[in-house]
Amino acid sequence: MIEVQNLTKYYGKQIGILDVSFKADKGEILGFLGPNGAGKTTAMRILTCYLPPTSGAARVAGFDVLADSREVRSRIGYLPENVPLYLDLTVSDYLEFVGKLKGMSKKRRRERIDDVMEECGVSHVRDRTIGKLSKGYRQRVGLSQALINDPEVLILDEPTVGLDPQQIIEIRALIRNLAGRRTVILSTHILPEVSLLCQRVIIINKGKLVTVDTPENLKSRLQRSVMVDVTVRGGLEEIQSFLESRPDVRAVTHIESTDESTHSLRVESTENRDIRESLSSAVVERGFGLVGLYTTDVSLEDIFVHLVTKEDVD
Amino acid sequence: MSRMIAIYRRELAFFYNSIIAYIVMMMFSLLAGYFFYNLLAFFNLASVRVMQNPIASQQLSLTEGVLQPLFGNLSIVLLLIMPMLTMRLLSEERKTGTAELLFTYPISDWDAILGKYFAAVTVLLTMLGLTLVFPALLGNHADPEWGAVVTGYLGLLLLGMAFIAMGLFFSSLTENQIVAGILAFGFSLFFLIIGWIGPFVSSGTAKVIVQISILEHFHSFSRGMINTNDVVYYVSFSVFFLFLCSRVLESNRWRS
Ligand SMILES: Nc1ncnc2c1ncn2[C@@H]1O[C@H](COP(=O)(O)OP(=O)(O)O)[C@@H](O)[C@H]1O
Ligand SMILES: [Mg+2]
Repeated sequence: MIEVQNLTKYYGKQIGILDVSFKADKGEILGFLGPNGAGKTTAMRILTCYLPPTSGAARVAGFDVLADSREVRSRIGYLPENVPLYLDLTVSDYLEFVGKLKGMSKKRRRERIDDVMEECGVSHVRDRTIGKLSKGYRQRVGLSQALINDPEVLILDEPTVGLDPQQIIEIRALIRNLAGRRTVILSTHILPEVSLLCQRVIIINKGKLVTVDTPENLKSRLQRSVMVDVTVRGGLEEIQSFLESRPDVRAVTHIESTDESTHSLRVESTENRDIRESLSSAVVERGFGLVGLYTTDVSLEDIFVHLVTKEDVD
Repeated sequence: MSRMIAIYRRELAFFYNSIIAYIVMMMFSLLAGYFFYNLLAFFNLASVRVMQNPIASQQLSLTEGVLQPLFGNLSIVLLLIMPMLTMRLLSEERKTGTAELLFTYPISDWDAILGKYFAAVTVLLTMLGLTLVFPALLGNHADPEWGAVVTGYLGLLLLGMAFIAMGLFFSSLTENQIVAGILAFGFSLFFLIIGWIGPFVSSGTAKVIVQISILEHFHSFSRGMINTNDVVYYVSFSVFFLFLCSRVLESNRWRS
């Protein structure tokens, strides 16, 4: 659905993105992950035909962003980073206007506008002026305008930035629902967001593509050891020395004690292997009371920091 | 076409929902009324004076005494007012970022340019329409040359359209409305007074400069004549600046 080959954009001498290639399949949610200034917005502006690339090619639904710009533009819905809407219009007038600009017939507009407002949860503010809406509602109106022509491709630039936690949860849920058969590209510098929403992640930094993978693979690629948190009843020192003596354990850290005889500890395995089963039976056999046992995820934060710093060293 | 109309209607609604259009129209009507009253009062005085002198009274014409100076004055007022109408047209979209959405919709640059251009032209038409009350008053009490009224208004319309095209072009250059307005005003003035240099340059150059002068082409309209040459001048002036504007929109994307 989206094909990007050796895409490069210079702003004068300043690099926007450098030699980036990737693909996105139909129905996929692809995440652009990178810190500020990584080139996420630049890549999206090229895909939406707002900026031409300096070199390289980008195709959307088989159409080239330069040669068939209009075909591309009629197939995408775009939500820019700062959600630029016409603040003097009411929500329904605005969507009507956008529908016309997207070349929708009167009949189709009538059908779609109500559906989209319903889908994005702005039906009850349809007659309100956009300028009087909160940031969260503007974001929804922004999504509505992107979706109005039922585009095959949705491009969302940092769709949750600047929202409060409740709004973030709502917008994320909305995006997940919207995906369906659409191809969605969304950018973010918030790490948990990609693992929540995306099937594949592109990590970019300083204009360059660092890696492309699924959130799960990224995690396991980085997991050199598995961490298990155990909560055990018994004497703390006894438990600690017992766990440390086991061959499959590299390190043990005391996390907290809920009371004198109940302790939580983090156990790090020597190999990238699940040690939950062997650990639990050993603890029980030894006569400790096993209260709880959980694996802990390595966060994408860690991956990100790792990949990005690794890239910097190279 | 339907996209251009959508932009036209949105832009027009913006004018009439904001205070801009009303202030502009009010200022124009007030100034026109003031000029009209003054010219008429002066004309009255003159006609009473020449009552006894039949030769002089034959030379006294309503067209020359009232209409021609009225249209001349109004052309200057247009110069002052049109930049206020055009300065925000494109610069505001860039400033607020709405341009990014507008130009990623499947529209052509011309849909945006012409939609905005004709919205401003419509405000101009309304503005000129309101001042028709003055010739109507004149018609009630005297017998003006209606042909001269028509050509005068046609001249004002063409002149205003030329100013709008130029203003739109300057609005495409910057995201700062004030800068766009000042540039439009400055260049309108320049095109208006460029003819003044005529006497001080060689006659060949003077001929060319007079041809460029926006005011030079206005004279015959206010005297009741339509010259093809003048019509062509104003139309080309508008087309030229609209075309420049489309180049700017395109190059904005290529540069930034
Ligand atoms: N219009 C512009 N002119 C000059 N440099 C720009 C422009 N837009 C972005 N850049 C530069 O390009 C790089 C990538 O920016 P951007 O794509 O906005 O990153 P992101 O969206 O990931 O924060 C940054 O170094 C930024 O300073
Ligand atoms: Mg950005």
